[in-house]
Amino acid sequence: MDTFFVTTSLLKILGILFLVILPMVSYAVYAERRVSAFMQDRLGPNRVGPAGLFQPVADVAKLLLKESFSPANVNTFYYWLAPCLALIPALITIAVVPFGSTLFGVPMVIADVNVGILYVFAVASLGVYGIVLAGWASNSKYPFLGGVRSSSQMISYELSLGLAVIPVFLVVGNLRLTSVVRYQIEHGWFIAPFIGDWTNIGKWLLTIPMFISFVVFMIAVFAETNRLPFDLPEAEQELAGGYHTEYAGMKFALFFLGEYAAMISGSALVVTLFFGGWHFPGIPDGAHGWVFGLINIALFFAKVAIVIFIFMWVRWTLPRFRFDQLMRLGWLFFFEIALVNIFVVAGIMAFLPT
Amino acid sequence: MAITVPRPNLNWRERLYLPAIVAGLAITFKHFKNMIFGRTKVTMEYPEQKWDANLPEHYRGAPALVRDADGRVRCVACQLCEFICPPRAIKMVPGELPRTDRFAKVEKFPEEFDIDMVRCIFCGLCEEVCPEQAIFLRKDYAITGFTREDMVHRKDKLLEIGGVMHGVVLKWNEKK
Repeated sequence: MDTFFVTTSLLKILGILFLVILPMVSYAVYAERRVSAFMQDRLGPNRVGPAGLFQPVADVAKLLLKESFSPANVNTFYYWLAPCLALIPALITIAVVPFGSTLFGVPMVIADVNVGILYVFAVASLGVYGIVLAGWASNSKYPFLGGVRSSSQMISYELSLGLAVIPVFLVVGNLRLTSVVRYQIEHGWFIAPFIGDWTNIGKWLLTIPMFISFVVFMIAVFAETNRLPFDLPEAEQELAGGYHTEYAGMKFALFFLGEYAAMISGSALVVTLFFGGWHFPGIPDGAHGWVFGLINIALFFAKVAIVIFIFMWVRWTLPRFRFDQLMRLGWLFFFEIALVNIFVVAGIMAFLPT
Repeated sequence: MAITVPRPNLNWRERLYLPAIVAGLAITFKHFKNMIFGRTKVTMEYPEQKWDANLPEHYRGAPALVRDADGRVRCVACQLCEFICPPRAIKMVPGELPRTDRFAKVEKFPEEFDIDMVRCIFCGLCEEVCPEQAIFLRKDYAITGFTREDMVHRKDKLLEIGGVMHGVVLKWNEKK
């Protein structure tokens, strides 16, 4: 524990949290409104500042100044705890994701732990507590139903989420997320392995199960972050807003930010696992100068932004699933597909050494 | 009597739902793209673009008082509009013209004439009932104020909106 390590870690945490993630969360809300508007032939928020770019600032100011109202018969402690529990797991998932190569010789990952993906799953599944507690502590029917739905949905999709990434780690042989990125730099992205020994047949055969993995993982992330088409916990039409019905002001905003932060960390995971993280063919890493280090970071977040756009695109295209359809999809399709996929990858790796 | 809704039998391709999902994604992306390239005709952006030029001839906006060519307020304070007004938005205090006045012949004039625009329903009955053609519904529609007090149009404001009306009273002339 030398001072250099502590200082750089602190700088990384503060920088990534306050300069990247939180602005990204608030602008994801703005982007969501604009993208949805464009897809529905509307304009969206375009009044505050040029093209409405200061809308998040106005929103935050409004939510901060709102009365922090809590209904009479809530369980106060859990009622206050729930919004924090919704936001924090989403934010600390970012800790193990490598968001850049190196900058001045410092690796751009907050905590390069060797349990990487396990940490992500452990923390991400804590996110359900925020929602369940909110539903229960609100002491109201609709939030309660939302909380119950959310817990069953998250538990069902956690399985496919976990099983979908096993092929990636079968190939990499290491749970560290930085080694996933390093593997993809040497052998090409899992989705499109054009780099390195790209004439190898086995590697191209591997992309088929990898693509299936990617699709299952992506859909499971949709369900994990409670986004449409799986936003049953907060289905406005059925549950009057679901688990956050009884929340107002900044406490509601925390749920909202938590949802978007979860979306960002989910997209960051998708990018890291399947799209080569911060790597782009032809662009050297941070060892060749700090400019390239910055470019790597920018590339990573550009990819994350593209994945977030896909999230929004799907949200404004597909209608919501019915609850039994959701469960059937999770347990009878994605679970099996992910399971079979693991054996396919293992088979390919055993018979066609890459 | 129960009505059985016929459910179509889906083949395996339709049951996968993937083609339908992809088609849906294509549609939303097409709309997104058209919007980005400005090929979509969207709704009018109100404060910048206004519909004023296209208002129809019979448009009923804010009611206003008019002066005649001599600068006299045409209203003779007969109080018919106050009486007819369905939401009772009009309040008037009639006054008597002094004998020495140039227009002493018409005897009365409105000392105060208030129209409460919070109450006004733009029905146009005041215009219709006025025997002197002194009150008209103009095309002003953006009537705003920060207080209820602001929303009451006083006499001077009404005259300012109304402007000058030329010619004699010819209201029922075509009916004679």
